[in-house]
Amino acid sequence: MNGEPEKRWNVRAIVLLPYLWLAVFFLTPFVIVLKISLSQTALAQPPYLPVLDLAAGWAGLIEFAKELSVDSYRLLSSDLLYLLSYLKSLQVAAISTIILLAIGYPFAYGIARAPRGLQPLLVMAVVLPFWTSFLIRVYAWINILQRDGLLNDVFLRLQIINAPATWLSSDTAIYIGMVYSYLPFMVLPLYATLEKMDESLLEAAADLGCPRWKTFWLVTLPLSVRGAVAGALLCFIPIVGEFVIPDLLGGSETLMIGQTLWTEFFSNRDWPVASAIAIMLLALLLVPILVYERLQRRSLEEGR
Amino acid sequence: MKRSASLFNTLSVALGLAFLYLPITILVIYSFNASRLVTLWGGWSLVWYRELLHDVAVQHAAWISLRVAVLSASAATVLGTLAATALTRPGPFRGRLLFSGMAYAPLVMPEVITGLSLLLLFVAINVDRGFWTVVIAHTTLTMCFVTVIVQSRLIEFDRSLEEAAMDLGCPPFKTFLTVTLPLIAPAIAAGWMLAFSLSLDDLVVASFTTGPGATTLPIRIYSEVRLGVKPEINAVCTIMIAVVAVGTIASSLIAKSGAARRQRAALGAQI
Repeated sequence: MNGEPEKRWNVRAIVLLPYLWLAVFFLTPFVIVLKISLSQTALAQPPYLPVLDLAAGWAGLIEFAKELSVDSYRLLSSDLLYLLSYLKSLQVAAISTIILLAIGYPFAYGIARAPRGLQPLLVMAVVLPFWTSFLIRVYAWINILQRDGLLNDVFLRLQIINAPATWLSSDTAIYIGMVYSYLPFMVLPLYATLEKMDESLLEAAADLGCPRWKTFWLVTLPLSVRGAVAGALLCFIPIVGEFVIPDLLGGSETLMIGQTLWTEFFSNRDWPVASAIAIMLLALLLVPILVYERLQRRSLEEGR
Repeated sequence: MKRSASLFNTLSVALGLAFLYLPITILVIYSFNASRLVTLWGGWSLVWYRELLHDVAVQHAAWISLRVAVLSASAATVLGTLAATALTRPGPFRGRLLFSGMAYAPLVMPEVITGLSLLLLFVAINVDRGFWTVVIAHTTLTMCFVTVIVQSRLIEFDRSLEEAAMDLGCPPFKTFLTVTLPLIAPAIAAGWMLAFSLSLDDLVVASFTTGPGATTLPIRIYSEVRLGVKPEINAVCTIMIAVVAVGTIASSLIAKSGAARRQRAALGAQI
């Protein structure tokens, strides 16, 4: 079947448009980021040097290559600010992912064990917030966490605290925001693996006298590892580069790397350093992204 | 195995849903608060919605966001469907690995990187930033979501239907239009909806790629929110939530129960 020239031509024709689009608007930009990260800041428009002059031909290219510098990377490695920023991002992402697993697993498990007829509705209920604006969901927490917000109000009335506590502009607020925003990304892959699980395995374990907790530990948990890994990566990778949540809910002592990039770009107008930050962030996330892609390809192309 | 919901399972689902919905509910309720103060309940009122009627800047931003979302979602749906179709066909083409890599990577790529790289591209090729650059950026950002949704549908549908049509002499293109497309239509619709709401939502990529005169609604909301909570913003957010909720519920009613559930579970495996 696949040998028919007509059909091969078909695939090529189908793929042409998205391929070109991604090559131009996804791949090329990274090459440009890499190039600019090797440039130097300049008071010019665009604010970096050297500018590649293709009209000058080969000589222009050599001239251009000579002027490239690793100054931005040298700055990144010498200034502690950037290192702390990367570490903070990894810390926030790691802790958030662990909390997400702890909350998301029982949630997904509960849905997968709910009556069959109810499950689509519950899945829908988890998906729905994912479709509403990210920005709105983060903003909703400002309403709650601010000094004269609802959380303090409730806590004061219940006399859990005596004076209004500061929730906003803290790491606690960042974690709340992250867990809240990324929960659907954790629950859905977990639910998908838990739901697909062969229930006769559990029955067999029960028939053979295995206690429920042990069945969970020996059968359910190992079988759901794939969903957990997918969910964890799906949360961890974007959280490392997150900007909106730490910017709106977090404090100003240690910035996450997404905020540092944003500041370098918009406030300091230092495009080469912003590009270098992006390249380093990409390098940091390369392994998790590749692992995620493998999982993705396997589940999509080799059937589920 | 009994399917009776244990107390622990019921509790974890209930708490999880409460955690997901409580903040949004509070926001919606307070958009109807007559008082300007967040903690003070001044009775039900539509005053902030009335205020919105006079807020030309927000209306303008909403109109721009809406147009960007419709255009980019439509482009992303076409491109994403084509990409999904190509990825599920066994036929070889040059750079298949690179293509599938590019097709999924934007899904997890931090938005600051996507935004910065697209902006630098636009600067490098000397394009004035504005409405159309945001449309292009959002198309790139959202097409991978369409790809994943459509692809998961293409995998589970019965390939023999296509083969039967072609064995009976139907040309491949016509087969795609008359057999494949109607079968994957629910997934395409879901993909469009997702792309639309993601575009409507995006702050980071839009901030990088926008230019003068093309302030989208999230950019507008963001600049207001940085200054603190405002009841008008609660009202804007409530309207956006209502639009998305109505759209989602409507589309799920179209893509009815059985098939839709399987597909959503499949989507869950991917996203």
